[in-house]
Amino acid sequence: MEGEVPWASRQDKGELAGLKEITILSGKGGTGKTTITASFAALARNSVTVDCDVDAPDLHILLHPTIIKTQEFEGPKLAEIDPEKCVECSLCQEACRFGAIADFQIDPILCEGCGTCVVICPEDAVTLKERVSGEAFISKTKYGLLSHALLSPGGANSGKLVTLARQNAKEAAEKGQCDLILIDGPPGIGCPVIASVTGVDMGVIVTEPTVSGIHDMKRVLQLLAHFNVQPLVCINKYDLNQRNTKKIEQFCSRQKIGVIGRVPFDSMVTKAMVSETPVVEYSSESGVSLEISEMWKDILSRIRRIQ
Amino acid sequence: MILSIASGKGGTGKTTVAVNMAISLENIQLLDCDVEEPNAHLLLHPKVTETKPVYVQIPVVEEKKCDYCGECAKFCKFNAIFVTNQRIMFFPELCSSCGGCAIVCSRNAINKKKRKIGTTKRGSVKRVKLVYGELNVGEPMATPVIKAVKKQMQPPKEGDIIIDSPPGTSCPVIEAVHGSDYTILVTEPTPFGLYDLKIAVEVLSKLKIPFGVVVNRAGIGDKKVHTFCREKAISILLEIPYERNIAELYSVGKPFVLEMPEWKEKFRGLLDKIKESLQV
Repeated sequence: MEGEVPWASRQDKGELAGLKEITILSGKGGTGKTTITASFAALARNSVTVDCDVDAPDLHILLHPTIIKTQEFEGPKLAEIDPEKCVECSLCQEACRFGAIADFQIDPILCEGCGTCVVICPEDAVTLKERVSGEAFISKTKYGLLSHALLSPGGANSGKLVTLARQNAKEAAEKGQCDLILIDGPPGIGCPVIASVTGVDMGVIVTEPTVSGIHDMKRVLQLLAHFNVQPLVCINKYDLNQRNTKKIEQFCSRQKIGVIGRVPFDSMVTKAMVSETPVVEYSSESGVSLEISEMWKDILSRIRRIQ
Repeated sequence: MILSIASGKGGTGKTTVAVNMAISLENIQLLDCDVEEPNAHLLLHPKVTETKPVYVQIPVVEEKKCDYCGECAKFCKFNAIFVTNQRIMFFPELCSSCGGCAIVCSRNAINKKKRKIGTTKRGSVKRVKLVYGELNVGEPMATPVIKAVKKQMQPPKEGDIIIDSPPGTSCPVIEAVHGSDYTILVTEPTPFGLYDLKIAVEVLSKLKIPFGVVVNRAGIGDKKVHTFCREKAISILLEIPYERNIAELYSVGKPFVLEMPEWKEKFRGLLDKIKESLQV
């Protein structure tokens, strides 16, 4: 396999050629992204970790961050109608493509802050107001810095918050002279996922040997190809269905995509989560931990070859 | 009634609950609104009878009329338009189709055109009617496709409606659950499941949609989800135990009620419980 891939170039010195970013993603939720990212964070030396699942961030549960910096995230603005000026002409209601205006009132959940209502109002009764849609944090953990964020419930523009979390991580990495950023991505393939993969050096897809896992992995692979990111695949709970594991391996081999690991199903992984500890630390000699450690070594050797 | 199935955390079993419930109840319309990664059809294997493109409206500039005044770019909150001295550039993936740029253009140089961002598919299997959407890979905005799926909903008298929502708590989830009479939150009894359940509970409270919880993979993890629900007086409607058999059936794309028919009664009971709670 080595040397066949276009992005591989031999530069095995142990150092990375500049700051590198790796995103862990999956398409389908619950395949084990966060479990594996937390273990990578524990194994990595000199890295900054980012939790880009800003809707439902879970990495902090395993990494126990102490927040050192909090930043408000201003999402899309919110339209506001001045009832004193409003003549109830309904023009704004008709123009709003998001159905966010009814009875001359703005529904803050549906309003995307586009401002069409502002420009269409003949009475200047509508204005856009700033609104806080979440928070971003930089935290210390025993494994290094963590950049994380939390979108307000029902908040819009998670992609922009992901971008902010990544920017914060980059700044922190540069300040701390770290050369690696580990990104825990959200599920799906839409806006926040795109924001988590654009410009990264490598995308590690954690899949599972289920019909849905395979279907969703294929869509994420297409997404990585679309954004020109080198893909790698890890099969989690591989022994749940060995036939499907075989199918994934055959598919990846045909597509020349590296399968870097097969992590067995083990109920100990849930126990590690309940004890809020990365699995490689909770049970370092288990088959799961050994496999994750091997994967991590493999990832490092591959990323060193990227210029 | 319109019943949506959601969760903060991904992979807790939303689709499992939606599909098995649909099969158990019969005469159901199932709308798979996880258009980024739709999975219900992988378990139901419907015969697709209709495929429709999903379009969004985007602006198209008539350069002959444009004087590069830059008002449209100044207006656009999504940075989808960029104007220089003699050039106008448009980034379609960033456009939210608000239509405001055409309104602010003083020279009427902006018209609309359609752009395809996904597909909806309709099919059925036995007495379950399925509609699902697929967002094109590389497209960031799922909500227009979710809207298109929901538009194909027939009135509830044609059968109760089950909406399979995407994971998370942001705009696609809001779009999916909006207008539901009730939402089932599927969780697993783990620290991740609990943390994300709490976020989802906040969202539904904000949306003022009544909800209850289904605990999937019961028996793994800890008891904190149960404690949380008890303290918050949230009803746990059903618990699906963790069984290797259920996981294996899922892995091959088979709804477990087909092999374990005793569960059909439980899913029917689940709907009865919900309907009862709504009448109070």
